[in-house]
This record gives sequence, C-alpha cells and structure tokens, in this order.
Amino acid sequence: MTAARRHVRSIDEVGRERIIKLLALTGHMHEINQRPVPKVPALRGRVVCNLFLEDSTRTRLSFDTAAKRLGADTVAFTGSGSSLSKGESLRDTVETVAAMRLDAIVVRHRSAGAPWQIAQWCEAAIVNAGDGRHAHPTQALLDAYTIGRRTGRGADLSGLRVAIVGDIVNSRVARSTTAIASMLGAEVTHVGPSTLLDPRLDVQRCTDLDQIIGDVDVLYMLRMQNERMDAAPVPPGGEYTRRFGLTPERAANIRTDALLMHPGPINHGTEMTVDPSTMPQSAITDQVSYGVAVRMAVLFDLLGTGEMEEES
Amino acid sequence: MTDAGCGAVVDDIVITGGTLVDQSGSRRGDVRIRDGRIVEVAESLTVGDERVIDAAGLLVTPGFVDLHTHLREPGMPEAETIESGSRAAALGGYTAVVAMPNTDPTQDSVEVVEWVAARGRAAGWCDVYPSGSITIGRAGRELTPIADLAAVGVRLFTDDGSGVQDDAVMRRALEYAGDLDVRLAQHCEVATLTRGAVMHEGHCCSTLGLPGWPALAEELMVHRDIELVRLTGSSVHLLHLSTARSVELVREAKADGLAVTAEATPHHISLTDERLRGFDAVFKVNPPLRTMADIEAVRDGLIDGTIDAIATDHAPHPRHHKERPLEEAPPGMLGLETALGVARASLECSWEHLVGALSWRPAAIAGVADRHGRPFIAGEPANICVIDPDLQWRVDPAALASRSTNTPFIDIDLTGRVRHTVHDGRVVVADGSAVTR
Repeated sequence: MTAARRHVRSIDEVGRERIIKLLALTGHMHEINQRPVPKVPALRGRVVCNLFLEDSTRTRLSFDTAAKRLGADTVAFTGSGSSLSKGESLRDTVETVAAMRLDAIVVRHRSAGAPWQIAQWCEAAIVNAGDGRHAHPTQALLDAYTIGRRTGRGADLSGLRVAIVGDIVNSRVARSTTAIASMLGAEVTHVGPSTLLDPRLDVQRCTDLDQIIGDVDVLYMLRMQNERMDAAPVPPGGEYTRRFGLTPERAANIRTDALLMHPGPINHGTEMTVDPSTMPQSAITDQVSYGVAVRMAVLFDLLGTGEMEEES
Repeated sequence: MTDAGCGAVVDDIVITGGTLVDQSGSRRGDVRIRDGRIVEVAESLTVGDERVIDAAGLLVTPGFVDLHTHLREPGMPEAETIESGSRAAALGGYTAVVAMPNTDPTQDSVEVVEWVAARGRAAGWCDVYPSGSITIGRAGRELTPIADLAAVGVRLFTDDGSGVQDDAVMRRALEYAGDLDVRLAQHCEVATLTRGAVMHEGHCCSTLGLPGWPALAEELMVHRDIELVRLTGSSVHLLHLSTARSVELVREAKADGLAVTAEATPHHISLTDERLRGFDAVFKVNPPLRTMADIEAVRDGLIDGTIDAIATDHAPHPRHHKERPLEEAPPGMLGLETALGVARASLECSWEHLVGALSWRPAAIAGVADRHGRPFIAGEPANICVIDPDLQWRVDPAALASRSTNTPFIDIDLTGRVRHTVHDGRVVVADGSAVTR
C-alpha cells in the first residue's frame, strides 16, 4: 500500500478520488448511526490508539465513539506536547505506544507535521486529528459532508460560494476545509482583517464581511484562536466582533437558504453574538453528529477489509 | 593561542604532481614540508626519504578556514566535542575553525576561551580559534571584556545563535571594538519578527502551517548594522546571509566603501524551503532555507565577491533532539565534511575563486591570515589541503566524524572531495581518513 493509502493526514495527500469515496462511506456510517443499536463488528479485534498530545475533548470523544461503534478496541494516550518534550522525544513516545501493536494511531499535536514524523517511526496507519496550524482532514471531511448533505449536492460542490471568516492564518480547519471545498468545486473566500489572512494561500480574500455576507451559500465562522496568537493581530476591546463577528444585525443579512457553520467550540461574544440554535441556517449540530460518521468512515477505510455492506 | 606543532610529531613531506592553487593563481608545482613549514616549492622536486603525497590530478590549496563552527563544548558533548568537531573539520579540508560562543558556559570570559583553545590544541586536528561573545551570557546587555579576550587571542566576537537586538548596545559594541584589533560578527535576526519561527515565511510555510521566519527579520538587522558601521567607522562581519535583499544591501554598503564583510553557508546555496515538506527537522536551520531566487542571489553574491566567504555554520544536534516536533526541534545542520562538495556543486566559478572563499578570504576576516590561507612560498606555515576536484560522491551520515548525524545533504550529488589535509606540517587526513597520532 502506498503512504497515501495507509494514512489520512491531509486533504491533498488523500486526494480527490479517495475523498469522494470517504464521503460516500460516511453516508453508510450515518445510516448505521441512526439504527436503534448503532454498532457493527467491522473492526473487531483492531486496536486504535488516540494519541492526543494537545488538549481536545470533542475530537477525541468523536474518534473514540467512532472506533467503538465499529467494534475496535481503543487505548488513549493524552498529555501536553510541551511537557513531553522536556525529556522525551516524540519518537520515544511513539515507540512506547507502538509497542502495544496498534493498527491505527489517531494523533493530535500542537506542532505541524507530527503525523508525518510519527509515520516514520511505526507501522500503524496514521489519522491526523489536527497538527498545529497545518491540517485537520476529518474536520474538513465532516464539513464537506455537511454541506453536501444539507444542500443536496453530495460530493459536487461546484459553484457554491463558501466564506470562511476569522483567524485563517492560525487555523488548521481553514487550511483543510479550504482544500476540500476547492477540491470539490466550491469557490472559497477568506474573510478577516489582513493580520489574520494569509496572502500566500491560493484563494480569494475579503476584508469586509458585510460586502459578501448576503451572497454566500456557506458562512463558516472560525473560532478566534486566542491560544495561538502571539503578537495581538487585532485591537483589544471588541473591535474584531464589531467588524467580523456574527451579530444579530449581520445574521439578518444571511440568505435563508445559506448554511451557517462553525468548527466549535464557539467563543460566544467574540466571533458570534447571536445564538446559532435560533437560526434555521445553522448546520452546527449536524457538523458534530456527522463528525462521528466521518471518523467511522476513515477508520474503516484504513483498517477494514472488504465492503462495508458485507461487514455490517 | 595556537602554537605551531604544539607537541605534535611533524612529518617531512613532499606533495608531488599536483596543481597549486593560491592567491596568485594556479600552476603545476611540488611542495616540500619540513618542521611544520614549507621549505621548497618548485615545478619538480627530488624526493628523498620523506613521506610522499601523490597529488597527480589533484589540487593543492591552502587549508580552509571556517568562520562559523559550533563545536558544542563546553556544554553539549553528546552533540559534538572539540575533538570530534575539529576532526570533522580536518576531514573537510579545514586547518582552522572559529568556534562559536553559544556554549554552556558561554565563551564570554578569558577562562572559557582559554579552555576551548587548549582543548583544540590537545586534539591537534586543526587550529581552534574560540570566538568571544559580544555581550555577557549572549544576553544582549553588558559587553564582555573585549580587550582582555583580545589579549589572549580572540579576534572575532559574536552573539551568534541570536543577534544583538538592542540598537544602543550594538552601537556601543562597535565603538568599543573599533579601538581594538578585533571584528564583530552579527547573526542578523530581529527576534520580535521570528518568535517560534520554524521555516522561511513563504508559500511553502503557508501551506504547511508552520510559523514563518520572514526575510525581513534578517534584512532589517543587516541594514541596521550597515548604518551603524557608517556611523561609527567600525567594521562588521555579517554571518550566514540567506536572502536576496541582504545580498543587495551588502553590495550597496561595499560600494559605499564601508568595512562590511559577509559569509554564506553551503546549505543556503543548495537547498530550498521546499525540503521541509516532509516535516523532517534535519532541514530546520537558522536562518532558514529560503527560495530558489534567494539561493541564486546568494550564489551571485559569492561569485561577484559581495559575499566574501563560505562558512559552514556546522551545528550538530543529537538525533533525539532532531526527532522532536518541528516547532520544538533545535535548528542547525552539519556542514564541515560536506562544505567543499556542496559549494563546488552549487557555484560556477574558478577554483581560485572558490578556494579563496573557503581559505584566504575567511582567514583575513578571522584575523588569522598570518597562519592560514597563505601562498605556496618557502617559509610559510604548512597548512594545506589536497582536493580531488572532480570526484562525485554522496555523504553517508554514519561515516561522518561528527558525533551527530544531522546532515541535510544525503540525497544530493557532491562534487570534489578532500583527500589529504596537512596541519602545521603534520598529515592529519590521508586518503580521506583521519590519521590518529
């Protein structure tokens, strides 16, 4: 098997053909999740390690649930990357974990590239659950699935206008979701002050949310990554919210058939001052529930044998 | 600090059949060496019972001088020792290295620099000239005892590893050093622009989501130091230039007649930031690998003399440090044993010009031109390198003398390799292998 087949580390590495297959597989998984007993033995006997070296509750829970619904055993290794680095190299950590004969390692790390480094040091399939500011492919897959399902477009997002708003430069979600949306034909625009945009990424940029908010098919609000900001990219005191936050006034300008998305957790009062649960356009709870299905699809694609229908 | 032949058994040697390359050009010539000095140079010498180095088809040059070597001792002997690093230097054709001061403790006192120099002499592979730091503890505030350090032989002062950030401190350092026969060297990096930086801020960095090290952070300090030289009338040497605009700024400064010199590393003329795509921390270095346009500008600077010298920035790190996540792994690459091969493969220039950039030009900047980079004339110290100019080879990290293996040059073809090195009249490298006393 090629490296790209063995791992899910970035959208570009996985490639369009396999992305479309994973989105189709997600549909099957979602169907399983609707059953009274949402569990199949497709990965029975397989061992999945959740190696989360950066704080995460939601993504870890989502992967853990996904693995268990497919019958896999899971082990967890959590810690903060920085405390490990004091005496122990990343390789030491991985070799310790890999000694347990794992089939897959789901890794989250605060440093970009950790999933590539880990893949050199063990035989397990690697799933990137977020590496630094670089990539978060399962988030991108669930975003694409959510958009495809809610718009009835499936894996063909051609012509859809997607605006991603906020801290683009520090966001792995922005990079991966931009990659998958562009790959499936959408027109992506990054929106924010120039201090939060990246002029070298190959997408349109806009510094005035009000100019485009009434035109977009998908409004994707990013979390303001306060923990990754070093040199104050926006003034303190609420100016960001006034320029780029989703206020009730702005929310009124979103088209009724548009989608409102957010990767969570929301910084209420910063990027949003509206309650999204009151908005019919909101697809935020769909993102969470499809997240489990997407991660089931990824794990099955990496570790499963044969067709899903036979397995279930 | 370095006495010729200090305790070493010197050889009587004749180097025969080679082409001599020095500041006066290239010519056929044999060289007789006795008691650590060149005693006779002629087109053809008779050979008695001396040791013969057959240099037929090879180039015989002055030994190389590295302005920028991290020997890691005192402080990090698991990465490198003065012995292993100076042996790597000899294998690379170097007969002198300037040891960078970012050791632990810092080379900011007479005691520490004398310890380093003594260890270098004891190893005996090449002359080890410790640099001194400009500020105590490289903290950027108080000046080191520059005159005291100069009195025990320190000629180059730098806070390398970081630049002197405070404009007033650097101005004062240049003024103070201007009274003495020493030179300040700057690691040009405005630290507020490179916090947490891993790689060149460019397209590749944007797609990889790694924190960027903008070219501007180097260029601002290059510009500041050039203007401080203009103000103070002092001199400065600019370490490891990596950007096209830096080269341009130095070119303008030299045209204005300012006492500015500069160096570039082999990796900054051969490898681009695209190497980081595989997330291998071996390619993390400070300043970072940059773009092809920068590489070409730095090559042009070396060829037209804007950049005076090739310096390795040899920076060993143990494997387990380079196997940390990219953002935590220390920057730096090995360079001593591959410098010639990389430089030859990267630069289209004459051998005279290339050897000048490796030998007599850095010797002058380091203040060691009385012993290194000397012409082939009777009476000169015998610090000599013999090169196979056309040999194509690839490096084997496991075969390096360095205690570390973090070479980035594993998959590129190198051209030219050092066959023999003579330090102070003693053969320290023969047929590409270090000769143990």
